[in-house]
Amino acid sequence: MVENRPWLTALSHFILIIGLVVIAFPIWMTFVASTHDQTTMLQSPVPIWPGSHLIENYKTVLTSGYNRPGSVPLSVTLTNSLVMALGVAIGKIIISIISAFAIVYFRFPLRMTCFWAIFVTLMLPVEVRIVPTYGVVASLGMLDSYSGLIIPLIASATATFLFRQFFLSVPDELAEAARVDGASPMRFFWDILLPMSRTSIAAMFVIQFIYGWNQYLWPLLITTRQSFYTVVMTVSRQASVVDTVPAWNLLMAMAMLAMLPPVLVVALMQRQFVRGLVETEK
Amino acid sequence: MEKRVTFNERWLPYLLVAPQMAITLVFFFWPSGQMIWQSVLLEDAFGGRTKFVWFENFKSLFADPTYFDSVRLTIVFSALVAALGLAVSLLLAVMADRVIRGSSFYKAILVWPYAVAPAVAGVLWGFLFNPSVGIVNWLLHGVGIDFNYVVNGNQALLLVVFAAVWAQVSYNFLFFLAGLQSIPKSLIEAAAIDGAGPTRRFWDIVFPLLAPTGFFLLVINTLYALVGTFGVVASLTQGGPGQATNILVYKVYNDGFRGQDLGGSSAQSVILMLLMILLTFIQFRFIERRVHY
Repeated sequence: MVENRPWLTALSHFILIIGLVVIAFPIWMTFVASTHDQTTMLQSPVPIWPGSHLIENYKTVLTSGYNRPGSVPLSVTLTNSLVMALGVAIGKIIISIISAFAIVYFRFPLRMTCFWAIFVTLMLPVEVRIVPTYGVVASLGMLDSYSGLIIPLIASATATFLFRQFFLSVPDELAEAARVDGASPMRFFWDILLPMSRTSIAAMFVIQFIYGWNQYLWPLLITTRQSFYTVVMTVSRQASVVDTVPAWNLLMAMAMLAMLPPVLVVALMQRQFVRGLVETEK
Repeated sequence: MEKRVTFNERWLPYLLVAPQMAITLVFFFWPSGQMIWQSVLLEDAFGGRTKFVWFENFKSLFADPTYFDSVRLTIVFSALVAALGLAVSLLLAVMADRVIRGSSFYKAILVWPYAVAPAVAGVLWGFLFNPSVGIVNWLLHGVGIDFNYVVNGNQALLLVVFAAVWAQVSYNFLFFLAGLQSIPKSLIEAAAIDGAGPTRRFWDIVFPLLAPTGFFLLVINTLYALVGTFGVVASLTQGGPGQATNILVYKVYNDGFRGQDLGGSSAQSVILMLLMILLTFIQFRFIERRVHY
């Protein structure tokens, strides 16, 4: 700090605390709602402190979902979301780190064509071309499958760009030394480049895990069998159903469980994630 | 930027780009091509037969007043999301950069919404503002304001904007904070010694130096408002009440899947695509320039 201005510091804390309250309040109310019974949550004003039905509610949603005939247990949808998020994150990292390696460390005909082909995917996110993409996946027979949930989403440019950016910042001397010592390109990739990329990989993992976990429209469209439902789409779909006697306690317990894994990933890997996020765009 | 040192291999690089190219071709170029092709076709009501109609779909789209309502709505919506999102996060970032005590605590909580899916954010805000049990509704009712986003179009739009901004604040905050921390402290100190107060220092030094970050975030937030907010709309309002929150990206989905109007939906996608290309182009032009600094 440049100078000491106590009132300004106090004002800063004050504004930050208001910010925190606005950020945390929706999550807090969700948590509180998930700890009461159904009747309490139907009377306005709803409580703002936790109640005593926490374990009961979470057990109900994990074993029988929204607790109506035909609702899916959350243990199933959480597993599906986990498979999808890990598949998207790991799949994207693998295919983009090798394509970035090729684009940075080799000169070959069609190199720039490949680069631009990857680049243009930035301009048309899956939400915009949702109808034809659905058609393609349907005609390949990939509806209601993990490969249908995962593979169409790993065609994206962000990860390739991050790794390309990182590889460009690696000193040329390293590749030169490897070449002089007669190491093959793949040897250089495994023994030198990959270990150096650990931070970028960790950052990309967090970003893509969250991207995969938080997908909404894609799983909504391509899954018709409950055994492939994901948690985010289940929560959102349940919320938009007009219910005569809504079970807010269960819905909010479902929302808590839908938020928990990505929030944990961000909280635990905050440093790598922040660095990766800010550096991707440089 | 290019590498000076490269490897000489004939087939290896093709093998390395093959997986990404294959997925991109099948799941990006094929559907995108279909979309553009669909946009100039007309399918008759019973399906099956299609006719090439040139720009008929675009013409009927431009003749449709509800489409222009959606365009106007999307402009207002994007402007609100981007302006509010940037203003709030800049304020928080400047404050978090100032304080010493507790700054990592503030940061740890301010990044939470990044992890929350827009669709789930919509659910949370819908609960807070629920007409029968919403706690904020109850508070507002106490001061004489009737807030019912289920029937009131403007209030629905406002709520979608809030939820969308809430979900995006972390991202903007982190970028502004990184931008602030990269400003040399010596500049600020020199200005302070010359007698410039905190407000003057902010507007004359910090703000201009943050302009590149701000511009970058403006583009990203506009893209987010155009496309990323789909989940918020889907779980809060489904485009309603009436057409009050039927932004373009939701309309593409609604007309294509629910309305089964493939040609019209594809034409809308093509227009949205052109808009995205324009924004991405602006963003990359600007990044190129920043690299040369």
